[in-house]
Amino acid sequence: MNVSRRQMLILLPAAAVAWKSVLAGTPEDSPNYRMSDHWWGMLIDIPKCIGCGNCVRACATENDVPDGHFRTWVERYNVSDEDMTNPHVISPDGGKEGFPGAEEDGEKYFFVPKMCNHCADSPCTQVCPVGATFIAPDGVVLVDQKYCLGCAYCVQACPYGCRYIHPQKEVADKCTLCYHRITKGLTTACCEACPTGARQLVDLKNPNDPIHEFLKTHSVQVLKPQMATGAKAFYNGLDGSVR
Amino acid sequence: MSGVEGYMYPNEITLYWSVLIVLYPYITGLVAGAFILASLERVFRVEAVKPTYRLALLTALSFLLVAPLPLVLHLGHPFRSPEMYFTPHDTSAMAMFGYVYMWYLMAVLVFEIWLDYRRDIVLLSQSSKGLLRLIYKVMTLGSSNISERSLVIDEKVGWIVTLIGIPSAFLLHGYVGFIFGSIKANPWWSSPLMPVVFIFSAMVSGIAGVMLLYMALTKLRKQKIDMRCVDTIAMYMFYIFIIDFSLEMLDLIHRIYEADESFRSLNFMAHTKLLFSQIVLQIILGTLVPLILLFLTQVVKLTEVVRKRIYVLSGCLILISVLAMRWNVVIGGQLFSKSFLGYTTYKMALVTREGLLVSIGLTLLPLLFLWALVKLLPPWSEASEHQAVAAD
Amino acid sequence: MSSFKESRHLYHFAGLFVLAFLVFLVVRHYYVPKSFGEYGHYRGAAMGEIASLPVKFAGHQTCEGCHTDVLDAKSKGKHAHVNCEACHGALANHADDPSIKPVLPDTAVLCARCHTASAAKPKGFPQVVPADHSGGVPCQTCHNPHSPAMDAGGAK
Repeated sequence: MNVSRRQMLILLPAAAVAWKSVLAGTPEDSPNYRMSDHWWGMLIDIPKCIGCGNCVRACATENDVPDGHFRTWVERYNVSDEDMTNPHVISPDGGKEGFPGAEEDGEKYFFVPKMCNHCADSPCTQVCPVGATFIAPDGVVLVDQKYCLGCAYCVQACPYGCRYIHPQKEVADKCTLCYHRITKGLTTACCEACPTGARQLVDLKNPNDPIHEFLKTHSVQVLKPQMATGAKAFYNGLDGSVR
Repeated sequence: MSGVEGYMYPNEITLYWSVLIVLYPYITGLVAGAFILASLERVFRVEAVKPTYRLALLTALSFLLVAPLPLVLHLGHPFRSPEMYFTPHDTSAMAMFGYVYMWYLMAVLVFEIWLDYRRDIVLLSQSSKGLLRLIYKVMTLGSSNISERSLVIDEKVGWIVTLIGIPSAFLLHGYVGFIFGSIKANPWWSSPLMPVVFIFSAMVSGIAGVMLLYMALTKLRKQKIDMRCVDTIAMYMFYIFIIDFSLEMLDLIHRIYEADESFRSLNFMAHTKLLFSQIVLQIILGTLVPLILLFLTQVVKLTEVVRKRIYVLSGCLILISVLAMRWNVVIGGQLFSKSFLGYTTYKMALVTREGLLVSIGLTLLPLLFLWALVKLLPPWSEASEHQAVAAD
Repeated sequence: MSSFKESRHLYHFAGLFVLAFLVFLVVRHYYVPKSFGEYGHYRGAAMGEIASLPVKFAGHQTCEGCHTDVLDAKSKGKHAHVNCEACHGALANHADDPSIKPVLPDTAVLCARCHTASAAKPKGFPQVVPADHSGGVPCQTCHNPHSPAMDAGGAK
């Protein structure tokens, strides 16, 4: 690294100040987070996903996700022309270490990252008997792990399979959209780690958000639209065979 | 991934609702069914089943006392249970458990038992000694008035309580059916028929349970079984079972006919993973055989001995069948993937908190409570009984 | 009031209910967390608690605050939009205390994860069969990870 000593003397303190303000929740570009200013979602761009599994690993690191459980995972689809309704799907350890190579056999393959859809009309928050899981005013579905009974009703109610019971804490757990990051102006761990930009955080209340523009100009879908969950994970280029 | 065939979403591989969640609706079903049998006499004036009235109430209470245990044992944080009472979420069917349970326990069952037994309780509080005397004294709630007029008032109030108790019993068990039936994410569960099927199968199981207990206890007491009573119970059991069977067949036929996106996966599961528990145990042995046997008793004149044997066999098969139905709903609903591309396996533990041994214990515990209740509040007064030995 | 006398036991039973209800109200007052119901049917304080969880990935803006030379090199190449921690792992601890030295990733595993050829990957994405491509020679011999084009030279 060719940074001169003089440059370091200026850069280090500057970086330290910037970093401290990030930790304090007041980063330069989003001071004083107000929940009502935001309505969070995610864009997942299928044609860009290469199945490297960076997102799964990054999420597990950032959020101490227990082994064998997944706040996000990647599926690999193999669809034959004869029967689109019967894809062959794999997700070895959630795609954490990537996928085995696929042979060129003329069939259609693609990767589908999955996560909590932070549904606006979420069936999981509807069924919680005590109010331990809820949608925050900024659109993120969260679990209050100090209040959760661990009854697993929400796990049963999620159509997407994104919830699990934490084996040590014995409460419900799932993707929090890295709430502890996005409220400080950072992006989610999975988006940060994705090398191709297949995952992008989007603030649906921010007209200047470039992803907002993407959503307006591309055909996007949600998973299981017939469930009317108000899902906010939008997929670009989603194949009809995806479950 | 052991035990997984095809593809399951990674978080779906473990089953979170174990055999304890199979037991809970079974137990509350027995409660509701036993209560309905009691209400047959009290509200609908089916005088023939009077010999089982008090026993049915005590049976309902025994099972109701055990009912919260499987739930509490299943929770990750059982000591947070009071949250269901203090901050129940009004969109959650499960949230009503605390209130429905407390209502049914105190305002229906305990109230009705107290009203019916009050005269006996007061007399026993005067005639018994020691600790037992204290227990009875407490149960009198400070009133030893058993005048004619007060007992008439008890009778009237008890009638109203039973009347309210019928929809309360339906709510106590029906809400569990709604817990499953309202989950749009799970096509094995999601159905408006679910609460209704739960209630009717509960009635059959509760009636069968009380009938068997009556026959067993009467034999143990070396008394004669009142055949008019048992014949009447079996008749109601038969007709309610026909309704239950029709409802389940309707669900099945509807699924096969509509054949929606879930059908192929569920059909495969029913024929493979649930082959024994559903097709053999629940449908063939547990429903068709008892229906045919009970049908015979309704149309052919059979001897008392044969009828008794049929009732005992049918009753036992029905109890097994309804337990199998709860298993097929709860466990079956978690064995297939919501991607409709795979299946997992339920690995039931043996000695853990949610294992087989605990389940067996929880099934036997109500019988222990019933034994204690029968001793404390005898359902039969010896003076009005025949002394003949029960014929086999 | 003979009818009251005859039904007094019922009032005793009802009294139990009233007592239980009053006890319930008192206990509830102390049990339910103060912030419950602030924004909806949940504990309002939960959001602040979740937002205060520790951050493990610093985020590329923080890295670029110090490592401007790397930023320059990257911005000209194909890895311009590959964030630092996508390869270097979570480094908030290093940003907090630069004396904590991050471990350099093993290119044999790291590069292969993205760039090993597979029919499942998008057609336009650069992918090779590592054995045929380099015969076991470490990737950084010819490719600078920060700017991987061949004419940019190998890693320094």
